[in-house]
Amino acid sequence: MSERQVIIIGSGPAGLTAALYAARANLKPLVIEGIEAGGQLMLTTMVENWPGHRDGIMGPDLMTELRAQAERFGAEIIQGDVSSVDLSQRPFTVAMGKTQYTAQTLIVATGASAKWLDLGVDKKLSGRGVSTCATCDGFFFKGRPVAVVGGGDTAMEEAIYLSKLATTVTVIHRRDSLRASKVMQDKAMSMANISFIWNTEVTDIKDIDKGEVTSLVLRNTQTGASSELAVDGVFIGIGHVPNTALFKGQLALHDNGYLKTHDGSRTSVVGVFAAGDVQDHIYRQAVTAAGSGCMAAMDAERFLSGTLHESEHEVSVSSHSELRTANSE
Amino acid sequence: MASENVKTLTDADFGESVKHGVVLVDFWATWCAPCRRLAPTVDQLAAEYSGRITVAKVDIDENPMTPSKFMVRGIPTLLLFKDGDLKETVVGLAGKDDLAKLIDKHL
Repeated sequence: MSERQVIIIGSGPAGLTAALYAARANLKPLVIEGIEAGGQLMLTTMVENWPGHRDGIMGPDLMTELRAQAERFGAEIIQGDVSSVDLSQRPFTVAMGKTQYTAQTLIVATGASAKWLDLGVDKKLSGRGVSTCATCDGFFFKGRPVAVVGGGDTAMEEAIYLSKLATTVTVIHRRDSLRASKVMQDKAMSMANISFIWNTEVTDIKDIDKGEVTSLVLRNTQTGASSELAVDGVFIGIGHVPNTALFKGQLALHDNGYLKTHDGSRTSVVGVFAAGDVQDHIYRQAVTAAGSGCMAAMDAERFLSGTLHESEHEVSVSSHSELRTANSE
Repeated sequence: MASENVKTLTDADFGESVKHGVVLVDFWATWCAPCRRLAPTVDQLAAEYSGRITVAKVDIDENPMTPSKFMVRGIPTLLLFKDGDLKETVVGLAGKDDLAKLIDKHL
């Protein structure tokens, strides 16, 4: 297998923008899509905050366009999921099962995936009434009562989408106010069949024996009082976890699991760059992911041409101490 | 959407179609973005296991009875049948290697 100049892992806005810039810089990037190809935008409906589309654009359409644009300039995009990486020496090795690729630089854009409730039962009832994707599974709850867990933009988007299908949508949030943007809050509050239960956590989902969702067991975080809410479906929108499992022990991570970057998109290993939600626990927007993808591609290009100036000694010393912290977590 | 190696099943012929051998069924819909992501993987498996297993698809919009019978409440869902018995359920996206392992268990 011939050695590549750059391999990009991930195909959301960060990965594909990195691919676009790397391709236009004639680096012939190889993009490995990952199982969740296209990233989180593939699970959304209308994206109204992507600049340049005044009437909004559907998330999946935006990703189709971005992908075609990267391919137009020569990015090679392949399906599949990376099974392991070896960053201990350059060229870096990226394995997909038995197939191995090598590259002088690597751009990590593996993004973040939906967080589950950590009840155990929620994963067991996944596809049986528990879902993290309203646009995928809302269909099955036409004319039936559902609940949404969470108080951010994801949860509000799910609630608004579901309100057009379900009889009632009950939003369960562990605080007494929403984290979601004002626009999304107002939209959700204006729907007649969306109601809110505040200061409340889900402690159990029934009925594992029947193999379907029949009700949620709730606990009020202020009073400790328990109650039960009969629903046929529950949609979880409580945030995301960064997809960093591949890099544990090889790249420095923050305490919350996100990849550490410095001086633009550089990670703790020289020649490895990171972009998008995998390294951003603050903004997490499609447009910031795309922006950081551009940065990573430009940093990789400069590194390859020998014009990315940094003291390798300094970085390697600091990266070791960071790695030790990451490993001891 | 289905390739030549993938059969299209309906509510009418589903029961009969999964009766014999190993049958992998992909429940999908045109509006389901993750289903479109999974489709190429299913197509590849159909090509690689051609002649050894049957790979089929059910459009849940046109065939509401079958998903309801097997309590499919989310898509994509893959069901694997052996001689008519439901053996495996995979909800959501999965990698080709993992699915191949699952199929191999029943061959």
